[in-house]
Amino acid sequence: MNKHDLVIIGGGPAGLSAAYEAYQAGVEDILIIERDNTLGGILNQCIHNGFGLHRFKEELTGPEYAGRFIEMVNKTNVQVKSNSMVIHLTNDKQVHYVNKDEGYQVCQAKAVILAMGCRERTRGAISIPGDRCAGIFTAGACQKYVNMDGYLVGKRVVILGSGDIGLIMARRMTLEGAKVLAVCELMPYSNGLNRNIVQCLNDFDIPLYLSHTVTDIIESDGRVSKVIVSKVDDKLKPIKGSEIEFDCDTLLLSVGLIPENELSKEAGIVIDRRTNGPVVYENMETSIEGVFACGNVLHVHDLVDYVSQEAAKAGVSAAKYILHDKKDKGRLIKLTNGNLIGYTVPQKVRLDNVDDSLGIFFRVRSVMEKKRIVVRSNDKVIYKVMKLHLAPSEMENIKLTKEQLQDCGDEIVIAVED
Amino acid sequence: MKELICIACPRGCHLQVNEETFEVKGNTCPRGAVYGVNEIKNPVRVITSTVKIKGSDINRLPVKTDKAIAKGLMFDVIKLLDDVVVTSPVNIGDVILENILGTDVNIVACKKM
Amino acid sequence: MKYNVAIIGAGITGTAIAFELSKYDINVCLIEANNDVAMATTKANSGIVHAGYDPLPGTNMARLNVLGNKMYEELAPKLNVHYKKIGSLVIGRNEENRKLIETLYERGIKNGVPGMKILSKEEVRELEPNIQDDVDCALYAPSAGIVSPWEMALALAENAVRNGVDIKLSTKVVEINKVDGVFQIITNKKMIEADYVINAAGLYADEVYKMVLNDNDLKAKSFKIVPVKGEYYLLDKTQGKLANHVVFQTPNELGKGVLVSPTVHGNLIVGPNASYSARSKNDVSNTSEAFDYVRVASSISIKDISFRDNIRNFAGVRATIPGLDDFIIEESPYVKGFINFGGIKSPGLTAAPAFGLEAVELLRKCGASLNKKVDWDILPLPKFYKDMTKEEINQKIKENPQYGQIICRCETVSEGEIVDALHRPFVVNSIDGIKRRTNAGMGRCQGGFCGPKVLEIIKRELHIKADEVLQDKEGSNIVLSYTKGGKDDE
Repeated sequence: MNKHDLVIIGGGPAGLSAAYEAYQAGVEDILIIERDNTLGGILNQCIHNGFGLHRFKEELTGPEYAGRFIEMVNKTNVQVKSNSMVIHLTNDKQVHYVNKDEGYQVCQAKAVILAMGCRERTRGAISIPGDRCAGIFTAGACQKYVNMDGYLVGKRVVILGSGDIGLIMARRMTLEGAKVLAVCELMPYSNGLNRNIVQCLNDFDIPLYLSHTVTDIIESDGRVSKVIVSKVDDKLKPIKGSEIEFDCDTLLLSVGLIPENELSKEAGIVIDRRTNGPVVYENMETSIEGVFACGNVLHVHDLVDYVSQEAAKAGVSAAKYILHDKKDKGRLIKLTNGNLIGYTVPQKVRLDNVDDSLGIFFRVRSVMEKKRIVVRSNDKVIYKVMKLHLAPSEMENIKLTKEQLQDCGDEIVIAVED
Repeated sequence: MKELICIACPRGCHLQVNEETFEVKGNTCPRGAVYGVNEIKNPVRVITSTVKIKGSDINRLPVKTDKAIAKGLMFDVIKLLDDVVVTSPVNIGDVILENILGTDVNIVACKKM
Repeated sequence: MKYNVAIIGAGITGTAIAFELSKYDINVCLIEANNDVAMATTKANSGIVHAGYDPLPGTNMARLNVLGNKMYEELAPKLNVHYKKIGSLVIGRNEENRKLIETLYERGIKNGVPGMKILSKEEVRELEPNIQDDVDCALYAPSAGIVSPWEMALALAENAVRNGVDIKLSTKVVEINKVDGVFQIITNKKMIEADYVINAAGLYADEVYKMVLNDNDLKAKSFKIVPVKGEYYLLDKTQGKLANHVVFQTPNELGKGVLVSPTVHGNLIVGPNASYSARSKNDVSNTSEAFDYVRVASSISIKDISFRDNIRNFAGVRATIPGLDDFIIEESPYVKGFINFGGIKSPGLTAAPAFGLEAVELLRKCGASLNKKVDWDILPLPKFYKDMTKEEINQKIKENPQYGQIICRCETVSEGEIVDALHRPFVVNSIDGIKRRTNAGMGRCQGGFCGPKVLEIIKRELHIKADEVLQDKEGSNIVLSYTKGGKDDE
């Protein structure tokens, strides 16, 4: 069995940033296991720009953003095994992987960072009625076909879901010569960033149907020929008689992302049903000591810059664990979701393990204007901030200082208030 | 007064731009003010697409305009790319097409392939 | 070339008959309208090997169900088809249900079903901890099992072909004439001649039969098949352990009720409803009405099924002959040498191995001379990655490094397995064809990640263009054209 101090599962933006920072923090024996033939993960197919404003203070395309990190990692002694798939993870940090050159290997790690990313929700996940035929793709699969393979998989397109990938693909397909007839969104608000509505839909006069969903798919000779879209009521149920019929050959689905935690579950890591990712402490450590998680495997991010930031923290934490771990990490504080809060990451804090401050990512549950984010403990307000605009599609983050945390009881409640 | 959503960064600020004085309100950074004025006077976009590539196991090389270009030229730029075939190796930033459509904008590679 | 026997339809019935006939020294042809085997009812059903207490004693159904069930135990492992004898429960919650369960038990005894037992409330809970609270008895049949139906049909068809059967895919029968004692089968391709015809056309068996009936009166009197649609949920493996057995509800006039069962690959299957409103015999669309029905109906069997972990819905169509609770298996009384397997719905999958024996018997009765070959043998389907030990995987990778490249991450399917599937006795150029052969794309991402990779492998191995690769049936092309005015970049 081979051994490594740190094994990072996944060489996308999270894995790369974690590897780089762990190396900078003094860990020399680091292995990234990447299933694809190149590093960079899903960024390789995200050829649009808009990445990196926080991290690099300039706007980059996905491949450029990945390229920056690949270059940074290439300058270290971090080892990379590409075309290698992790097929099992045990709770004592044994990583089973296969590849062409080495066959089936088991590797013992001192610490593991989970950076496997996420997958797209499919037609099945939302049970769309209608015929089952060719021409129904997740937006990400379509993005791979169009941007990397050069295959145009649709000429007349309807998109369900206004998540960012759906919006981005509306523009991509249009620029490649397809006609995008409609983007439909079940909710009364878009799930994508405002800028993407402007530059991907409005720029091309693509209509956005809010409170609409696909209620039937009609096949002709094996391929989509019509998509029926209906308006939904306030309980999100389709309204009979509101059907709109689109003659099209393709339906793209951009209906959400799910952190890919099959390995985490196999290892017995506790999963948060709200994020679909591991429950983590202040340092991105999961319920298994020495196993850390970051990026979209932990919770779905809307900006890769935040993925890098979070992964950096996981990298530093893993380094700390490997090089000089303290067993006693101090008093445990639980973060609880109050009014209109969907989730928080981290979910738990060990006070002595917080350096100067603690960043908390969270999402709200509905679209709101001019609300306060209030953090309370023992009914005492320890932090509050005014937000002009809040939406489930936009990840929020706040920072609590160590002093603020020290004043807290065993539970902190984060809530939206007037 | 024109209402716009800023696309300079993912924050998506709601801007109000005075169409006569070009005064911008609602922006939370200087980039927003620039965007607001541009969007009224001469809207521009960075265009990203792909070109054919030989000698790689992937069929398409991602490319972009190295500066924002007039929005109205989007489809003309895309059409230019149809005739391009590059051969690997290519590096990030390599110029694929120079001074496209008489602008001083270049098409550059976005990926090392 | 003239065949001794032509089998029309390569669903589970046709493939099982072809497999059995391949043991004999005769020329057999298996004709299928679709571009792969198992493309209709066979690929979209519950995948259950029924014990055999449902059919009325004395029927073909009863006899062949129990016989087929026994045959699976030996045949499935030989073919390396995923099959598990997990037993079934018919659950009851009131006196009326209990009476029905007792009736089923008695029927089962008459039909020769082994090992049945009526379980008490406590015994049911011991076997099924997640059973609904008000369930207070169940009929337990240990001989029931689960199987991958398309794997079974594939294994049968591939072995038939290896042993000399000619398979003709994408060949649609349009007319059949009997000339000088020989059947002339007119298709969209070449004409096929045969001494005997076995009609295993499933949903279309009535239409195929009418092709050989000259008399309009006979046509009017011949059996008629009505499509009865059933819709399903297939849930993620996280839900696969909610049930340990095939859990049935007490049957009603529409069918065996909604079942909840683990699948051979570890998922949970929930369904079907039974609807007479199918638009046509190939209407396998899903409807929101059926979704609602199945979700509600299943909740009275098993508690806490998380439908947000659904990965796929599908629908299948049963070939039902209204008013008849039996299979029609006989030589046509009007056309000598024409053998019908009509109305093959549940438990057709279970009975299939026995259909082969029936076919041999019927052919002999028709006067065919059938002698066993000496050089007949079975080649099992390749072992799935997830069924291999670490040592077996390493051995495979050593022999062929392609087995070290995982293509489908959800189901752990290697490139080697996909390449192998493209070089079998008969080959398909569809992503779903690969899915049925290897499980690639069967998992929770539903081919979102591996689909584009499988497309490339199909293209490479079959030397075809990307726009010629299909999703599934003819016409289901994925790639419509190429970006940047490109052609396929090969």
